[in-house]
Amino acid sequence: METFLQQLVNGVSQGSAYALIALGYTMVYGVLRLINFAHSDVYMFGAFMGFYLANSEWIKTHLGTSPLTAVLVLLGAMALSALLGILIERFAYRPGRAKTRFALAFWLGIAGAAAGQLVNASLAATVIGAAAGITIGIVLEKVGLHPATENSRLALLIIAIGVSLFLENGGQQVFGADPKFFPQIIETKLLDVGPLRIDSQKLIVLGVAVVLMVLLNVIVNYTKTGKAMRAVSFNLEAAKLMGINTDRIIAFTFALGSALAAAGGILVSLLYPKIDPLMGIMPGLKAFVAAVLGGIGNITGAMLGGLILGMAEVMAVGYGESTYRDAIAFIILVLILLLKPTGIMGKGMIEKV
Amino acid sequence: MRKWAFWLAAIVLLLALQATLRGLIGAYYYQIVILVGINIILAVSLNLINGVTGQFSIGHAGFYAIGGYTSASLVYYGGASIRSALPFLPSLVQDTILLLIGLLAAAVLAGLAGLAVGIPSLRLRGDYLAIVTLGFGEIIRVLILNIDAIGGSRGFSGIPQLSNLFWVYLLVLATIITVRNLIRSSYGRAFISIRDDEIAAEAMGVDTTRYKVLSFVISSMFAGIAGGLFGHFTMYLHPNSFLFTTSFYLIIMIVVGGLGSIEGSVVGAVLVTVTLEVFRRFGPFRLVNFAIVLVLIMIYRPQGLVGKRYGYS
Repeated sequence: METFLQQLVNGVSQGSAYALIALGYTMVYGVLRLINFAHSDVYMFGAFMGFYLANSEWIKTHLGTSPLTAVLVLLGAMALSALLGILIERFAYRPGRAKTRFALAFWLGIAGAAAGQLVNASLAATVIGAAAGITIGIVLEKVGLHPATENSRLALLIIAIGVSLFLENGGQQVFGADPKFFPQIIETKLLDVGPLRIDSQKLIVLGVAVVLMVLLNVIVNYTKTGKAMRAVSFNLEAAKLMGINTDRIIAFTFALGSALAAAGGILVSLLYPKIDPLMGIMPGLKAFVAAVLGGIGNITGAMLGGLILGMAEVMAVGYGESTYRDAIAFIILVLILLLKPTGIMGKGMIEKV
Repeated sequence: MRKWAFWLAAIVLLLALQATLRGLIGAYYYQIVILVGINIILAVSLNLINGVTGQFSIGHAGFYAIGGYTSASLVYYGGASIRSALPFLPSLVQDTILLLIGLLAAAVLAGLAGLAVGIPSLRLRGDYLAIVTLGFGEIIRVLILNIDAIGGSRGFSGIPQLSNLFWVYLLVLATIITVRNLIRSSYGRAFISIRDDEIAAEAMGVDTTRYKVLSFVISSMFAGIAGGLFGHFTMYLHPNSFLFTTSFYLIIMIVVGGLGSIEGSVVGAVLVTVTLEVFRRFGPFRLVNFAIVLVLIMIYRPQGLVGKRYGYS
């Protein structure tokens, strides 16, 4: 019984982290019908931003280890990741959907910077490369190279895979491929609750996740932007006709989802402090499974799916074979999709001919 | 008559290449040529399910893995007894028989796995099917990781080297011609009708489930053959070669080339494999820029480099 309760606590804290990541998947799927594979790398990015913020000189000298540090690190990383989410949406996903400019300049700028760095590992070479790339991009656009309008959903999916590859490998280049250790931004205490010994970090993870989810619920259900989000997710074209700036709402959705993923990244790093540029792949995939499990497109479903998945995984590891850990999520996924393809909370869609 | 002439010419040409190419271009480039061939088989077969039948599978690496491990373990554990049953044959002929048995088993087992996965999951559409195939691919990998007899997480080493340029490209030809003939047959028209409009196809009397499963099974069988060829070339298999990223790269090949067209799949397989290998010395920059090029191709030319426009909804 005690082991069970202990495992329950582990499962809930692991599950709430999955739920935070799953929310981003499900919200983006809701508005764009797109599996945003890059989301798992935004989670990684969030953890790294947290790492750099917590290790920055200013934080170290002025704040040290205190609750304020933790809050600042969390909010900072969330803001930076939201920015990344907006950039991804603006320059990778939007060009296929709407008339946009500077997509080519953006990507060629990055490619140019990488090339400059390769030729000569100095700041000047990188900047010159980036400038050259941006110039070429703008010139090509002036000449008349425009994104193909009306991208198919498959093309969008491949773009998502491409962005994911880009972030993983860019991460290896910028952050370094070797694992890093996330600093202890909050001191750990062991709390005795009845017969249980609970690591305070786990409670913090759970608490922060709950607060963020409540906040998200308030945003989605009780604000005007949230209403617009729901409208876009219900029917994008109709929402556009009602005067909603759908592009802005989609960007906002990406920002919100990315911020939550970053929070998930930092919370998981508190529990398992090893971070590396490929750390997002598995948790991201599992969080996606959680989103599907709860019914993709459904926010409550994503939270529920995350909790169930975290619990199932921890229990399976605690009582059975730990080597099958990574398969558990997928077995659950396959079962749920075969039995109830719309997920726990999802609504079935009527097919019109 | 023309058919025989074609195959005879192909075999002679491949034998000649087999005898000379390695000496001509060195072991490194020879290996790239082989990898290109294996990826062509994988891409053309994946194209059958993704491009021609319009079902979105991202678990091809799972069937590739099944084929690789089946053929490798059959030859590794059963090779000696098969050889001792045929002592009167020269070892080259024994090798050929072993390879063919291995590839046949690989195709059969991968095809059966395709059937087992396809029957329940092809009821699902679009993204849901994609995710289930991805899930199956990962389950297969984790299972392999846990079977100690085939190396588990250590990887499977000591696989006899049986495949070479001749066999790989002979099977590349066989794959391309089989898939092409299949597409041109009544089966192919059924596949295409499912891709273009599943409901209309069903209304016209096409047994959509049957054809979807069929195309899935055929696709898996070729993936299995590719796996067998891969294992018997590299002499070492590791579950990490069959991560879902492998499936992603295959999807990238067929989409960059142009979904639905065989030429597109071949061009995509060659381009992606060669690009990734040639720029290997640039380290992570290679994949960063590869990803950027991929995103740009999809933004500016979503129908792929060779292909015509396709429909996916």
